[in-house]
Amino acid sequence: MSTSVSSGGEPLAAPTAPAPASLDAAGGAAAAGPPPVPVLEARGLVKTFGHVIGLRGVDLTLNRGEVLGIIGDNGAGKSTLIKCLTGALQPDRGEILLEGRQVSFRSPLDSRQHGIETVYQTLAVSPALDIAANMFLGRERVSKGPLGLLFRKLDKRGMRAEARQQMARLGITTLQDMSQRVETLSGGQRQAVAVARAAAFGSKLIVLDEPTAALGVRESEQVLELIRELRRQQLPVILISHNMPHVFSVCDRVHIQRLGACAGVVSPATTSAEEAVAIMTGAKQLVAQ
Amino acid sequence: MSSLADHGGPIGAVSDGAATIEELGGSRRATPLDRVQRSLHAHPALGPFLVLACSSLIFYALNGRFLASENVSLMLQQVAVIAALGVGQTLIILTAGIDLSIGAAMILAQLFMAQLAANDHWAALPALLLGCVVGIGTGALNGTLVTRFRVPPFIATLGTLSILTSSGLLYSQGQTTQASQMPGLLNWTGNLVKIGPFNLINGVLVVFVLYLAVNYLLTQTRWGRHVYAVGDDLEAARLAGIRTRLVLFSVYAFAGLIVGIAAWVSIGYTGAASPNNAVDANLQSITAVVIGGTSLFGGRGGVFGTLFGALIVVVFTSGLTLANVNDLYQPIAEGVLVIAAVGVDQWIRRVKA
Repeated sequence: MSTSVSSGGEPLAAPTAPAPASLDAAGGAAAAGPPPVPVLEARGLVKTFGHVIGLRGVDLTLNRGEVLGIIGDNGAGKSTLIKCLTGALQPDRGEILLEGRQVSFRSPLDSRQHGIETVYQTLAVSPALDIAANMFLGRERVSKGPLGLLFRKLDKRGMRAEARQQMARLGITTLQDMSQRVETLSGGQRQAVAVARAAAFGSKLIVLDEPTAALGVRESEQVLELIRELRRQQLPVILISHNMPHVFSVCDRVHIQRLGACAGVVSPATTSAEEAVAIMTGAKQLVAQ
Repeated sequence: MSSLADHGGPIGAVSDGAATIEELGGSRRATPLDRVQRSLHAHPALGPFLVLACSSLIFYALNGRFLASENVSLMLQQVAVIAALGVGQTLIILTAGIDLSIGAAMILAQLFMAQLAANDHWAALPALLLGCVVGIGTGALNGTLVTRFRVPPFIATLGTLSILTSSGLLYSQGQTTQASQMPGLLNWTGNLVKIGPFNLINGVLVVFVLYLAVNYLLTQTRWGRHVYAVGDDLEAARLAGIRTRLVLFSVYAFAGLIVGIAAWVSIGYTGAASPNNAVDANLQSITAVVIGGTSLFGGRGGVFGTLFGALIVVVFTSGLTLANVNDLYQPIAEGVLVIAAVGVDQWIRRVKA
């Protein structure tokens, strides 16, 4: 929120800036195999806050089985874009398509019900609860027996078993005891819990907002490996990060935000991180092909 | 503790070598004090239970009559009302709130029960139920102030404390209603019941069932888990899709129902409904919760700790009396216990991963 406010030197006069120079600078190169199937598409998203412009007509495409990075300077509209995609904000104009069907999310809960899970920067885990309780927080299962029917008894054992399976599926080996309280875990382990929860319930895609910002080198590498594992399992991921090496090591395509608009989409295979930073800061522009 | 086992792993290890070595070294050299800290951290009711057990033994050593069945029966009767209110207070403190008005609400509820039955000749059951509705109403009022008008719980309930106290005096016109004027059901909680060697009143059993029920709700149901989550980290709970305001409101309203039950127990125990009953109950219930190991910062604790906390206060009062200690030392002991309990809580919360 605060970042998008600080972006606004620009007056409201021109909310529909021209479309970014080249949306397909990388798209063409990457499309060697079968044509990409878009999971999430945003077209012409505009969001203003008073006379401050957060987004000035942004397009975004996330394809099946890919990791899409979103980078941009502070105030470029990364957070606003992500909030519009996950229902935390409602765009003033533009449309969002989930698997080809138009959707409009009124709240983060709404987008969750459509299969979009978000891992927030402020780790939405509850420290005093254990791993299994956090995995199922807000989605607890009631046991099937008479106690569940009559007294709404929680199926703690079932949830624990399922949490353990989910950890194993994602190759998270350091978390074995699902009844361990989250506050006794390291930062990387907590992030793993949050990502595992998102992957368990995000049927369409998951959004990771600065997942490595608070982590050290080795812990970050674990989270990146987790993201690669998600791609192997064909779950599309949107990764927002300030860390260029992280973005360029896991992403298939990188969407560059600049001044509320998309300055281009590049592929780490053909574009270096330095070039991406140059585009991000306006030192270099992508030319339409 | 399981955290000991986790360090070798890649995610478990912290960022760079220096910190890893330090952390590994730290967990290997866990002192006995560290282990105590971790145990207390994992089981919040353990500390209060140990204090209760040790102090009981010490008072028994000082005077053998302390653990005689008559004295234990008496203590259990004395603890009933505060223990009942403590259940409601525990729920609220678990959400990082506080209820300063809980005793005043109980007095108002019992005045309604008593006067409707004695003066207005209502049947016992409707009078009892309406008293409970009054209790729920006071809780709903606090809950509305906290969730809808965003008044901090301390201030909201400080205000309703004055309002409810005066309302009770106005409604009853300062009159006390004797239990003998009330129908049998309202007195039922004061009837004697013999269990083993102990002479108890029905109210003690009501409170015991209340503890079992609320403990079940807190530990075995979705609602209970959400209460902990809301108290632990409100923002995380909201982001996880919990309707935090609804949970908070329900906690205050449910505490109101418990206030109604406590009012019923109180009529039985004191044999009367008076606007001057239990004026200390507000703070005594908070004392019981705090000594019972529930954290004032929310998200940590439970009702059985509160039961031990309430018993500790009664045990000290009775034990010091039997040990022929001047009565004036009892509040001092209580004060030391409260401060020590919060100090220990602060220490426990600093437990390392």
